[in-house]
Amino acid sequence: MSHAKRAAEFLLDEDRTDWHDQSLWHVRSKRDGSIAGIPEWEALRQLGSDIKDNVLGNLDAYLEQFEEKARANGVIVHWARDAAEHNAIVHGVLEKHGVDRIVKSKSMLTEECHLNEYLAGRGVKVVDTDLGERIIQLKKEPPSHIVMPAIHLKKEEIGALFHEQLGTDEGASDPQYLTEAARQHLREKFLAAKAAITGVNFAIADTGGIVVCTNEGNADMGVHLAPVQIHCMGIEKIIPRAEHLGVFTRLLGRSATGQPITIYTSHHHRPKPGGEMHVVIVDNGRTRQLGREDFRNSLKCIRCGACMNTCPIYRRSGGHSYDHTIPGPIGSILSPGIDLKKHGDLAFASTLCGSCSDVCPVKIDIHDQLYKWRQVVSEEGHLTNAKRLPLLGAGKALRHNGLYNFMGKAARVALKLAPRMAVYNRFNAWGKSRELPESPEESFKDWHARQQKDNA
Amino acid sequence: MSSRSAILEGIRENKPASRPLPTMPPDPPRPSTEAWEAAFREVLTASKTSFIQPRELAALVRDPAYRTVVSTLPDAAGNLDVRAIDDPLQLAGVDLAVLEARIGVAENGAMWVSETESLHRVLPFITQHLVLVLDRKNLVGTMHEAYRRVKIDATGFGVFIAGPSKTADIEQSLVIGAHGPRSLVVCLRD
Repeated sequence: MSHAKRAAEFLLDEDRTDWHDQSLWHVRSKRDGSIAGIPEWEALRQLGSDIKDNVLGNLDAYLEQFEEKARANGVIVHWARDAAEHNAIVHGVLEKHGVDRIVKSKSMLTEECHLNEYLAGRGVKVVDTDLGERIIQLKKEPPSHIVMPAIHLKKEEIGALFHEQLGTDEGASDPQYLTEAARQHLREKFLAAKAAITGVNFAIADTGGIVVCTNEGNADMGVHLAPVQIHCMGIEKIIPRAEHLGVFTRLLGRSATGQPITIYTSHHHRPKPGGEMHVVIVDNGRTRQLGREDFRNSLKCIRCGACMNTCPIYRRSGGHSYDHTIPGPIGSILSPGIDLKKHGDLAFASTLCGSCSDVCPVKIDIHDQLYKWRQVVSEEGHLTNAKRLPLLGAGKALRHNGLYNFMGKAARVALKLAPRMAVYNRFNAWGKSRELPESPEESFKDWHARQQKDNA
Repeated sequence: MSSRSAILEGIRENKPASRPLPTMPPDPPRPSTEAWEAAFREVLTASKTSFIQPRELAALVRDPAYRTVVSTLPDAAGNLDVRAIDDPLQLAGVDLAVLEARIGVAENGAMWVSETESLHRVLPFITQHLVLVLDRKNLVGTMHEAYRRVKIDATGFGVFIAGPSKTADIEQSLVIGAHGPRSLVVCLRD
């Protein structure tokens, strides 16, 4: 199924679409408000972008440096080429310690690797502890947003879910009440877990440590109580030095939710006394993306979600319509590199308005990359006929002056005479939700020629 | 070939030409200490943090509302000695923890607490309520300055805390007390 079809399903509920749109725009507005207090914001974005550029060109050296320092700190470092190897490594660590229940804080990488399903299949119970993640885990759905995983759900739906699964009062939907119920429910899980898994926001080459940012404190509750802690990171999470955290912590919270910083910015360097600390470094297609000159900038992403919150398509189609771990504009430039045939249509889930690139804290040229992916999709022959045939026709008309003039004239006459059915039918995907403007009496070309003559 | 070598080799084949690391900009001109403190208070108040005076601390730790109190301040002692505790699970019943913070950041209210200050890593998270005590002289302007002052790998764990635990995962409604402390109180002292 295409993005357009899934979006059409989302759009069937008009009230929900409007609500979703407004919720995300509210977050985008908070972002605008919080950056207004930083006069040097644009310079800060440039710094973030420049640091990440340096990282991409020296990724191998930084990873080696990170590994060396981390090992010296007593951290066990693993390398995984792909999702399967990542999952096997994590399972291996758990097996070694005889762990059958773990708590996990938000990690888009483990979502990408489908770690939960893998571990469940091997008898390990995984409890997601971020409230939004727990909600969708109980609902058996994937996240629809990378920062706010349950942004697509209304409180009444969450209330019904909690009533069914956690025994909250029937009909109760007050967020305060539901959050308290989740707090009690998850505290038990934290106290019982023998291992904790987190994602990684930043890994510092210079110190061999990792940084995890949360608002709820769930990552810390898990990691500090369980004897075994495992942190899973993509290779691109590396930053060179501790001082660069100054740049990225200032960018991340403001871009994500309009907060001046996340409530907790946790720096892990050594295992707790008597504990074990593991870091799993994962490639899973990232080195391939690094080799694509037009698309490697996508690896600079710090996963703030600002491009989703601002995107007119994302806001009105919902995260699930992208059918990929990372939805929205950034997901649409990452996913075609993983599976062009499956995700190529996401390059078209955009108006190319450029708002995503404008808000990106590390200045990724997201909308330019969307445009470039469209060309790749076309060249590799993955366009649907509904797009390919009209584009073929348009290409021909635009290349030939005479044909273009004729087509314009013919269309102006035909649109006036043709019955509505002839224009708005199932072959015209464009006309499904759009109305053509009134067709003018003459073309711009004719009008311009007349003006020139009159002025002469 | 090991996965490590395969990944590193893949990077070497595919990486772009190196670009220089940017130099970090100088700090903005230093405002008055009062201005910094005002900014610090304002941003923390916005994230639902309250403030008390040092002289109020002793009464706070004796408040009967808190049954189990941990404090690392000699002049406002608690009733549970965390130094005698090995297993962090034994901290599950802590109602109030009073800890020192090393650095405070004016632009966002973040305060650095390492395991040296918290004794147990989980303590600032597992406690139902948290009080952080900060010396005024340790206020800095921005995160850039904070990271120059804090050596992040001096201890095995350290955290910037910028408010009580919170979530907005249900319909963007702000709820304080997600998993960590339900309240944060800051005490600035000279």
